[in-house]
Amino acid sequence: MQHIVIIGATSAMAEHCARLWVQASPVRLTLVGRDEARTQCVADDLRVRSPWSPVKVQVQVLTTDFVNAAAIAHTVQTITALAPVDVVLIAHGVLSDQATCQDDVLACDAALQVNGVSPVLFAEAFAKPMVAANRGTIAIIGSVAGDRGRKTNYVYGAAKGLVSRYAQGMQHRLAHTNVKVVLIKPGPTDTPMTSDLKAKGQKMASVEQVAKDIVAGIAAGKPVVYTPGIWRVIMLVVMHLPRFVFNKLNI
Amino acid sequence: MKLVSAWGRLSHDLHEVQALTDRTAVASVLQAHQPGLAFGNGRSYGDVCLNPNGNLWLTTGLNKFIAFNEATGRLVCEAGVLLCDIQRLLVPRGWMLPVTPGTQRITVGGAIANDVHGKNHHAVGSFGDHVLGLSLARTTGDVLQLDWLNTSDWMRATVGGLGLTGVIVTAELQLRRVSSPWLRTETWPYQGLSEFFELADASEHDWEHTVSWIDCLAGPTARGIFMRANHMTAQEAAAMPSLRAALAAQNRKMQSKPLRMPFVPPVSLVNSLSLKPFNWAYYQLQKLKSGIDVAHYEPFFYPLDNLQHWNRMYGPHGFYQYQSVVPRAVGQDAVQAMLDAIAASGEGSFLAVLKTFGNREAKGLLSFPQPGVTLALDFPNRGERTLRLLAQLDAIVREARGRLYMAKDARMPRDLFGAGYPRLSEFAAHRDPGISSAMSRRLMEF
Repeated sequence: MQHIVIIGATSAMAEHCARLWVQASPVRLTLVGRDEARTQCVADDLRVRSPWSPVKVQVQVLTTDFVNAAAIAHTVQTITALAPVDVVLIAHGVLSDQATCQDDVLACDAALQVNGVSPVLFAEAFAKPMVAANRGTIAIIGSVAGDRGRKTNYVYGAAKGLVSRYAQGMQHRLAHTNVKVVLIKPGPTDTPMTSDLKAKGQKMASVEQVAKDIVAGIAAGKPVVYTPGIWRVIMLVVMHLPRFVFNKLNI
Repeated sequence: MKLVSAWGRLSHDLHEVQALTDRTAVASVLQAHQPGLAFGNGRSYGDVCLNPNGNLWLTTGLNKFIAFNEATGRLVCEAGVLLCDIQRLLVPRGWMLPVTPGTQRITVGGAIANDVHGKNHHAVGSFGDHVLGLSLARTTGDVLQLDWLNTSDWMRATVGGLGLTGVIVTAELQLRRVSSPWLRTETWPYQGLSEFFELADASEHDWEHTVSWIDCLAGPTARGIFMRANHMTAQEAAAMPSLRAALAAQNRKMQSKPLRMPFVPPVSLVNSLSLKPFNWAYYQLQKLKSGIDVAHYEPFFYPLDNLQHWNRMYGPHGFYQYQSVVPRAVGQDAVQAMLDAIAASGEGSFLAVLKTFGNREAKGLLSFPQPGVTLALDFPNRGERTLRLLAQLDAIVREARGRLYMAKDARMPRDLFGAGYPRLSEFAAHRDPGISSAMSRRLMEF
């Protein structure tokens, strides 16, 4: 039975990935969240969903301080001591407000820490036992926002850019091992806030569809997963726009 | 502000939208953003789910299961869970919702608030009959735990309460056992209402599900198709080896994306030119297929769920639904009078459904189902002429001492509402003063 660990289990994307995993086959799940009550709610939901089978999904809930390196190391040690990890999905983050971050460097610092430094520390901490065992998959949720800095969200984008570059380096390092690093770059995703409403203009992907792409990308061990796939093309164009054109865009 | 429409697409109004995602925080969101109204999956047709220029609290983010007992079939879940999520998860495990309407793409909260009914009303009642308890958030910040033993008055107000007593956050439902997803079905054409009532009465004891489609353009000897079905046991299904391949095909279909109506056509595709051939073809097709058959529960119960956005077919002006129930004693005359009025008006309906309700009162103070016969109709919105016809139908329903279904209504006059729902004053005492809808302002004091 696979042991899957989810960091940031209350995020909508991570939660929908977990739903797909338990529905496909029994798995051992470890959920890590900041808020114990909300993480327990996710765990209860998955227990009901897990199809009837002799082996029930085991869900363990851990809470941790996401921006404290010592706490991260301790959490990862606790998890890997219990059972070897097959997949870790690092999904936590906060969509920070660009204007607030520009106005207040403390907010800027917090956004960079939780969206950039924290996920790569988790990835590095999980890599150690996986490399020793020579198996496992580290999946990190980045963002299309990390592909090119833009005035409307470069603080979040820069943090996700750090994640991208870090994942790229780990992929290079682990290329000749059985440990895989999967970098996921979702485009704007439909949250409950916009569901079933007439979203004028921008078309958003459903969180169910994004979760499907993530689960499939992890199963295939793809190095980079854009979801929905069209964002690979869109970002290719955005990244290669000459500066005199790019600077005229209000994006 | 976001534009929101109900399923009938009669209006597109701006709403201040708040998404509810954390069940422990619902009451505090309501307290901070009131007055407002809960909005589920937007499948009710008229203005029961709308609050133009006001707050709308989206419940589809409350989509977690909480507990399920495999031995007793009791399910506790958040109110934004869709009925299809419950069915698809639990039918393979031998449990099914006892009552579902013609679509399973609605939330549990919406099903309770509108006390929806299905094709088996005569056998098992409405959705509210299977709700064991619920938690209700009020705009005061309180959360009430309701059940039939200690707080039956609150349960009666909230089941069928149109979301006006508070926001349903979680519910405990009693599911029913099914050992296979298959139904044994019979389809019989009929001519005239007498034949319909004979079929319905003859089926009442031995058939759990009964429903009929009626061609409302066919004149005095209205022709129709009567369908009835019973659940098959696992043994019965196993005796038919062909069902194994059929189930695999159905499961593939459930995994794939359904067809969708990709755009709103400039005119209604349901119109006076198309209706006659539509209805004629549908009748002939069903007549050809008549007889005994086996069907999977999804296509039998929810045929329209296979065409996403089917409501767009009615064009940019949307459509009215009109569902009435009239007592059985005058049922045949009243239904015939409504069919005659429709035929004379030149308007017409494609999704016309005729069904007898069982001899039982619903639990909710404002629940729609009552003993008698119910006729559901749809009319593309053609402005004044459509409203004139609906007013004529109102007169027939009023005289027959019937009532209209609120989940479908967008225009019934106050006096018809008052006559149809005599327990309104009892209900009013349980309303949440911080909750109001376009419908409640139209039909009640606020």
